[in-house]
Amino acid sequence: MAEIQIKNVAKTFGSYQALHSIDMTISDREFMVLLGASGCGKTTLLRIIAGLETPSVGEVWIGDKRVDHLPPRQRGIAMVFQNYAVFPHLTVFENIAFGLRMNKLDDATIKERVNRTANLMHIEQLLQRYSGQLSGGQRQRVAVARALAMEPDVILMDEPLSNLDALLRLEMRAELKGVLADSNTTTIYVTHDQVEAMSLADRIAVMHEGRIVQANNPVEIYRNPAAHFVGSFIGNPPMNFLNATKGGKGKWNVAGKSFSGPQSGQENLEFAIRPEDVTLNGGGLDAKVRIVEPLGAHNLVTCDVDGSLFRAVIDSDSKVKAGEHISLAPMQDRIRWFDPQTTLAVA
Amino acid sequence: MENKHLPYMLLLPATIFLCVFFIYPFTLVAWEAFSKDGAFTMEHFQTMTSNWKFEISFWNTLLLAAAVVPIQLALSLLMATMVSKMQKGRDIVLYIWTIPLGISDLAAGIIWLAIFDQSGYLNSMLYGLGVIDQPENFLSYQNKSTIFIAIVLAEIWRATAIMLVILVAGIGLIPKEYYEAAEVFGASNWKRFTKITLPMLKPSLQTALVLRVILAFEVFAVVAALGGTNFPVLMGETYNWQFELQDGNVAAAYALVILAISIVFTLVILRVLRVPKGAQV
Repeated sequence: MAEIQIKNVAKTFGSYQALHSIDMTISDREFMVLLGASGCGKTTLLRIIAGLETPSVGEVWIGDKRVDHLPPRQRGIAMVFQNYAVFPHLTVFENIAFGLRMNKLDDATIKERVNRTANLMHIEQLLQRYSGQLSGGQRQRVAVARALAMEPDVILMDEPLSNLDALLRLEMRAELKGVLADSNTTTIYVTHDQVEAMSLADRIAVMHEGRIVQANNPVEIYRNPAAHFVGSFIGNPPMNFLNATKGGKGKWNVAGKSFSGPQSGQENLEFAIRPEDVTLNGGGLDAKVRIVEPLGAHNLVTCDVDGSLFRAVIDSDSKVKAGEHISLAPMQDRIRWFDPQTTLAVA
Repeated sequence: MENKHLPYMLLLPATIFLCVFFIYPFTLVAWEAFSKDGAFTMEHFQTMTSNWKFEISFWNTLLLAAAVVPIQLALSLLMATMVSKMQKGRDIVLYIWTIPLGISDLAAGIIWLAIFDQSGYLNSMLYGLGVIDQPENFLSYQNKSTIFIAIVLAEIWRATAIMLVILVAGIGLIPKEYYEAAEVFGASNWKRFTKITLPMLKPSLQTALVLRVILAFEVFAVVAALGGTNFPVLMGETYNWQFELQDGNVAAAYALVILAISIVFTLVILRVLRVPKGAQV
């Protein structure tokens, strides 16, 4: 049982505030991804949970034990580092056995666990090699095996796939998901790669400037961003945003067209729609096509709508060309609204 | 054409330098040790070993190295670890610790002579505190053990820093992530030192130990200042035979003995602290 609770955790480095009062609960066996651009505080938060940084204020609980004053080795965690940190002076076997030896397990148990995790990660033929004789992908497997061999309550992963090439990353991603699902551990996984986050996570916590902007399951994060930032960060290409002015009775004027939206007292809102949630039907937004990028499965069309950049994903059979005017009709149930002052979603 | 010869051209100055100033004099010394009137002989080595001072100076030199080097190794490791953990003022501490390196070994010997001498600081202090009634001659021939301790202290004070600077540089090269990984996987401070720092420091330890051990076998001026003739060492005997007894052949034989010991210990150190193939960082 390893539920992780972060209570009001903040961290300052000198005068720089890296984290602003983070509150989060990660349930037992959940796969939680901390997602954000570099400098958003996601790695700092992970390192605070690991015990490699101390929080300036706040509490960290793992299971029913408060751990923020404990050294990392007393927290029941294992970690996979961005640069793997596979010890160069030890063989693969000894690397995987490192934590087990530190915990003074007997040789038979160590051998059994090392062999089992090595098999799991398909590196059983490399056990006598040194790190310097391995490829990046193999080192990555050793780092994961070393963490799994601990049979920890919690595994922390700090951008573990970011140093692999694209094809290997795809392969390892799927493998990690399978292996971790079988291991019954609570996982916290830090990444800046939204595809990685979406594909792995039970729940994603999107972080921005030291705060958690939204924490929810991947589909919810994608469909219903809680804030402008989430919509503009998640999705490739990201959401389109247009200015909306009040038209009365729940009607809003967007680029000369009227849409029904929230009953809000405000004069202005932000209208948002995902590029794939528009259709090439008449009566929609008037768009001047700037660039057409055929991507095989579909065409990505970059347009100008009411002076703003607007991207649409349309069928690759369409004959739309740059310079043309087209009509893009948003799907009504996919339209989202944001408050331009608070940047938060308005229902 | 030019590319093929360039490496050799670049190596040439250093090669010529080494030949003229090392290989050639070394050959001369070796020849001097092994020849008499132009013919090969072991006579000078026999003269050397049959002298009663040879055995004493040989064991004194080894004993001194055996006492000084391990203490210096432990101290420099401790000091290097401390310096590496410092956030502020680490350069100043390092500079202060390395001051003795800038002092010639004879001057260092004289500084410690001023402490241990019959009218030195130690005697004045002990007398002033009423511990002793009259000044004690710590460095007399009756007090061989205090002479030894004084030389050990002086050598530690003088030459620990040379290992320290090498080890500080070596520790600085070990990536922080390895320590964090070790910490997460359950290693205590001491385990991190023995499982990460020491093995990853092997190349620096090799350099530091080889350098220090060779210097320990060449110990001379500090011993001369503190022990005089009461504590003969190999290098002191070399000097004696060359300049006091005016026998360059036996002096050359001594020099070759020192060289032989140095080579043997260097090989041992390189062997013991070797990094397995593939385990290089």
